Amino acid sequence: MNTPGSIVSRAPAVRVDGVSKSFGPKDNQTIALAGVRFEADHGELHLVVGPSGCGKTTLLSIIAGTLRSDAGDIRVLGQSLAAFSDRQLTEFRGAHIGFIFQQFNLIPTLSLVENVSIPLLLQGVRRREAEDRAAGMLERVGLGDRLRRKPTELSGGQQQRVAIARAIVHEPQLILCDEPTSALDSRTGHDIMGLLAGGARTGGRCVVLVTHDPRTYGFADRITRMEDGRVEEVLSGAAVHQFAAQPH
Amino acid sequence: MYHIALKMLMADRGKYIMLVGGVAFASLLMTQQNGVFRGLLSWTTSHMRNIRASIWVVEARVVTANETKPLKDTDVNRVRSVAGVDFAEPLFLSIIKGRAENGAEKPIQLVGLDAATLFGRPPVMLEGELERLRLPNAVVIDTLATVRLNEGLDRPLRVGDAFEINDREARVVGICKTEKHFFGYPYVFTTYDKALEYSPRMRKMLSIILVEPLPGQVVEEVAARIERETGLRAYTSAGLSQATTDFIWANTGIPASFLTTIALGFIVGVVISAQTFFSFVLENLRHLGALKAMGASNGLLARLLLLQAFTVGLVGYGLGVGLTAIFGLVVLPFEQPPFLIDYRSLVLTGLAVLTICLIAALLGIRKVSRLDPAIVFRG
Repeated sequence: MNTPGSIVSRAPAVRVDGVSKSFGPKDNQTIALAGVRFEADHGELHLVVGPSGCGKTTLLSIIAGTLRSDAGDIRVLGQSLAAFSDRQLTEFRGAHIGFIFQQFNLIPTLSLVENVSIPLLLQGVRRREAEDRAAGMLERVGLGDRLRRKPTELSGGQQQRVAIARAIVHEPQLILCDEPTSALDSRTGHDIMGLLAGGARTGGRCVVLVTHDPRTYGFADRITRMEDGRVEEVLSGAAVHQFAAQPH
Repeated sequence: MYHIALKMLMADRGKYIMLVGGVAFASLLMTQQNGVFRGLLSWTTSHMRNIRASIWVVEARVVTANETKPLKDTDVNRVRSVAGVDFAEPLFLSIIKGRAENGAEKPIQLVGLDAATLFGRPPVMLEGELERLRLPNAVVIDTLATVRLNEGLDRPLRVGDAFEINDREARVVGICKTEKHFFGYPYVFTTYDKALEYSPRMRKMLSIILVEPLPGQVVEEVAARIERETGLRAYTSAGLSQATTDFIWANTGIPASFLTTIALGFIVGVVISAQTFFSFVLENLRHLGALKAMGASNGLLARLLLLQAFTVGLVGYGLGVGLTAIFGLVVLPFEQPPFLIDYRSLVLTGLAVLTICLIAALLGIRKVSRLDPAIVFRG
């Protein structure tokens, strides 16, 4: 049965098959995705790379269920997103997907612990328990001594750590990251990628990360390279390291 | 999530103060203007509280307490003969001039009561005895008269002082407390016969017949019977009050002028609050989009926005009504401007504030419900 709350498959965490998406009026359409095939597994940090406008973010939005495709099949954690209503998609996202955004999207008027507790509160966890678990998660990302601080009092790297804590506090099986290091210096970006890779490999999560930051390539288990709305190639193993070592 | 919504609202101090200030100002304007308007309306019916009777019989064409068309003296006996009437007494009511010590003339509301029963007597005597009205040239004045008719004296009038009405002496034998009248003239009570002497002579002098029904009789039924059997108009006290305020609504620009200000208060509330709240939503759109991406449904976000809007409404309403109450406490001792506030004013303002909040929230909800959560993936 296909319900937002039940995950039954150990198949690829994400399987996108023949997905197309266009924007704009019929007589003047911009094709963002053209028959894209994409797979990402549990325990894997999978990078989607390519130049600006190649369709990376559109693909991420479609996997997240925040955007509907025009054609093709999208299965996330064994569930076909096409079968979900908007409401079911919202519930599914809340329960099973964590998000890390380029601009962090932390709420500046809330404390760190309140920010991190939001995904739990959205699932109906009581406030006290949610804040306790959020505090534990902040501890794990090295911010246990700043629970009541506001995001604006932190550096960019620290804010992204908070965003990571928020993304994983409710133990999602899929984490979608949109350019998580683009606003960070290289050392902080390195630390953040380390956290994400660790989260994928030790937590058995699937982390799909959209980026055009070459500094992140070396952390990937697989890299899908896109261009003009199509998947150009999928790299794994030694090919990832070769790709990461190339000048970009 | 509700505490998160409240924190988001209140942490933006500037916007929060602006929002609450807008609603408070609108509440203040609506409640205060309503209070002054209702106070003014209550002044138009103060005769019914200063000269108390269950039934007021007047000439058939009279439609307000503030106009009199003289009756025939024989009408008193006609009314007395109606079944269910316990007693009916004549009342003289007219505006004439009183002359102060230095010759200054001031309009007064002269009330002539039946000398035997003093029916229609003022509600509260502050000094002197009402019964002394039966003495020659005796009058009882209200507190307003003590400072209106004291010109030429360096103090308010008091018991034992005299002034003139129509070149006749009027000696103060008592001071009473009355509710101020719409015309703003002081009340001077005397007996019916003396009132006729004080007034310029006309063919018919009887203004009103005050009636008290027999115990156990229904006032409305007795009034209807008087009308049927005499052809005169018989109002219950409440009926005459209602007819008087109806007259004000239908024939003067006073309600329109106050309603305009009240409507302006509402519009200002809507404009300031709805616009500020909408800009608050716009500023937080990215965060709301992030919440939506993270699994917050449109329904939940709508509830959060409603909570924020109604919190602003409740605080603003409390402040606005509180300020109105302070205004009332300051002005009531001076009886200027008129002011009357009751639960209906509060409920009406509350409903208006509720509407303001609803409009503000709906604007935000409309925006958020159309918000594409993918916004958060666009740099």
